[in-house]
Amino acid sequence: MEDMKPVPMNKKYFTPVVIGLAVLAVNGIIFLLARFAFGIGAVTNLDNQHPWGIWIGLDVAAGVALAAGGFTTAALGHIMHKDKYHAVIRPALLPAALGYTFVAVSVMIDLGRPYYIWHPLIMWNGSSVLFEVGICVMIYLTVLYIEFLPIVTERFIGRVKLPGILQRFNNPLDKFLRILDKGLEKTMFIFIIAGVVLSCLHQSSLGTLMVIAGPKMHPLWQTPILPLLFLMSAISVGFPMVIFESIITSRSFGLKPETPILSSLGSMVAPLLGVYLAFKIGDMVIRGTFVHLTTITAPSIMFTIELLFGVIIPLRMFMSRQVSKSPAGLLIASFLVIFGVFLNRLNNFLVAYTPPYEQQAYFPSFGEISVTVGFIALEILLFRLAVMIFPIVSVPGVSAQKTKYSVRGGIR
Amino acid sequence: MTNQSRREFLKTTALIGTAVTGLSSKTNGAQTNQLSEDRMGVLVDTTICIGCRKCEWACKTSHEMETAPLDSYDDRSVFNVKRRPDSKSLTVVNEYLNNETSSLPIDVKVQCMHCDNPACVSACIVGAFSKKENGAVIWDGDKCIGCRYCMIACPFQVPAFEFEVALKPDIKKCDFCFERTKIGKIPACTEICPVEAVTFGRREDLVKAAHHKIKNYPNRYINRVFGEHEVGGTSWIYLASKEFEELAFPKLGKDPAPGVSEAIQHGIFAYFVPPIALYALLGGVMWINKNKKIEQGEEN
Repeated sequence: MEDMKPVPMNKKYFTPVVIGLAVLAVNGIIFLLARFAFGIGAVTNLDNQHPWGIWIGLDVAAGVALAAGGFTTAALGHIMHKDKYHAVIRPALLPAALGYTFVAVSVMIDLGRPYYIWHPLIMWNGSSVLFEVGICVMIYLTVLYIEFLPIVTERFIGRVKLPGILQRFNNPLDKFLRILDKGLEKTMFIFIIAGVVLSCLHQSSLGTLMVIAGPKMHPLWQTPILPLLFLMSAISVGFPMVIFESIITSRSFGLKPETPILSSLGSMVAPLLGVYLAFKIGDMVIRGTFVHLTTITAPSIMFTIELLFGVIIPLRMFMSRQVSKSPAGLLIASFLVIFGVFLNRLNNFLVAYTPPYEQQAYFPSFGEISVTVGFIALEILLFRLAVMIFPIVSVPGVSAQKTKYSVRGGIR
Repeated sequence: MTNQSRREFLKTTALIGTAVTGLSSKTNGAQTNQLSEDRMGVLVDTTICIGCRKCEWACKTSHEMETAPLDSYDDRSVFNVKRRPDSKSLTVVNEYLNNETSSLPIDVKVQCMHCDNPACVSACIVGAFSKKENGAVIWDGDKCIGCRYCMIACPFQVPAFEFEVALKPDIKKCDFCFERTKIGKIPACTEICPVEAVTFGRREDLVKAAHHKIKNYPNRYINRVFGEHEVGGTSWIYLASKEFEELAFPKLGKDPAPGVSEAIQHGIFAYFVPPIALYALLGGVMWINKNKKIEQGEEN
């Protein structure tokens, strides 16, 4: 096998696509400012019937699910110790860290009183599912940052060059980075396992979140096994997300996609999706909710799209050898799984939610969509920036430099 | 095992057992309501209510909310649309046609039901809601972070949010006139009602009174007290001349609203055993795999 080594990407930052994304990001930020100046009601279509909109249903719920690549690859690479996947761990960790950061930001902007976001840390309510999700996400975000730290130390050890008057801090900072690096190396396994446990906990609890809505939720989705379904769908979407991101990144930076690694990642998707599908259909049969599929309503259509295009078709695709051998096939199949989980969260949090006294249906406002799209754009921009600064994307045999960075010479 | 050590063993086990149960009652018990036998309630007799809406005015006045003068409440055209309590009015009266028994309309007062097992109390991320000993479910503005999960949880769609407020929006809902009952007054709506359609009293007595009324006037009422059993019982209970679902009451079961959700939650976190077990399991797997790798490496 070729020797792979993560290196910072060396390319021009601004491309036409990047500029387009920047415009979208700015547009989102403008509406965000309006939300803080004039209140949630001024920017969103939320009301007392629909307390949660796409900022929670998509930015938070789907955001958490689609950041599952972080913990699934960590489990595969570090806990199962499959070394060949090490090349995808960093490219999966970065979007997870970014994704969760934006989940936290999305929660903040959706809160009526964002400045009280620290309240759950000292005001506990053990029976609140949201409390558990909140605490888990807070800790997991910290864990993700800790997992990312070695990348930072690797980038800067022996290379700290502060300008001008700050120069005198160069040596102490370098020393600090080395101590940090050594400490992290010895303790990282604690954080990696913690990250997987925390992920399992809040990925599933995110499903429990809507159970309390009881009859307000459409029976096609309302089931006591929602936490299990959420966990299984999050695990299924982890690898497709990594495959998707990896192929897009490779194209964007003009690299060859790491097809062999991605194919073997893809080969694990079918069983995971299959189990998820079995539980989803089994649940439907046991609770007899398939009767709701015989009438054509918005929920029944959305449920069918979710299951057919988001689970069944990609499952069939991932079972085909032809698909898993070609980057294009992998890209499309992965996209469908991502689409399926995205739609599932949207359905659970918004489509299925039918308030008893509904005067008009909820549809996100232009401002809400702008903020959501703006955040996604911002995430992609930051991802691009990060892979150009930090050694994240692995490139085959770029440098023969085998020495570990920590023995790099200090600054003279 | 000697007698001595067995006794020691039993003693330790018993001690651990008590500790665990003590711990569990603490972790699970923190949020369970200390439901008082003497908790208060209100019996709403929708066959008596005349739709004068004085309760709406009294509610706003006693909560220092903006209100039109009392005379303007005579305007019955507001009944043309069905209204819901919101951040500007904590209670509203809706009117329904009564085509079967009489030509008189049916008026239904709507406000927080003050559940015995409130979903909002269970759901609130910071425990800003609490069920008080006198039956009131109230909201603590110092804790609330404005996440609106209470609104998702409430089976009656009652808590309202000040969407138009940018800096410090509140959750608004009927507080059972907690500030008034604290000093011995009765809730403002029950005080002003000119026909005693809303009666304040011990919930237990009110349930009995309601059944008494049904027994004495079987033609006047359907044989059901809404709120006696719905979602595990509510402090506010209703009598009506026709099915409650026809009067826009939600169709609800008898299980407490937070029931399944709390069971799942406490199942996943039973004494933190499942998370810790998962951690240990993953740690074990990691260790085994690592050793395997090292062995293979040595062979090479």
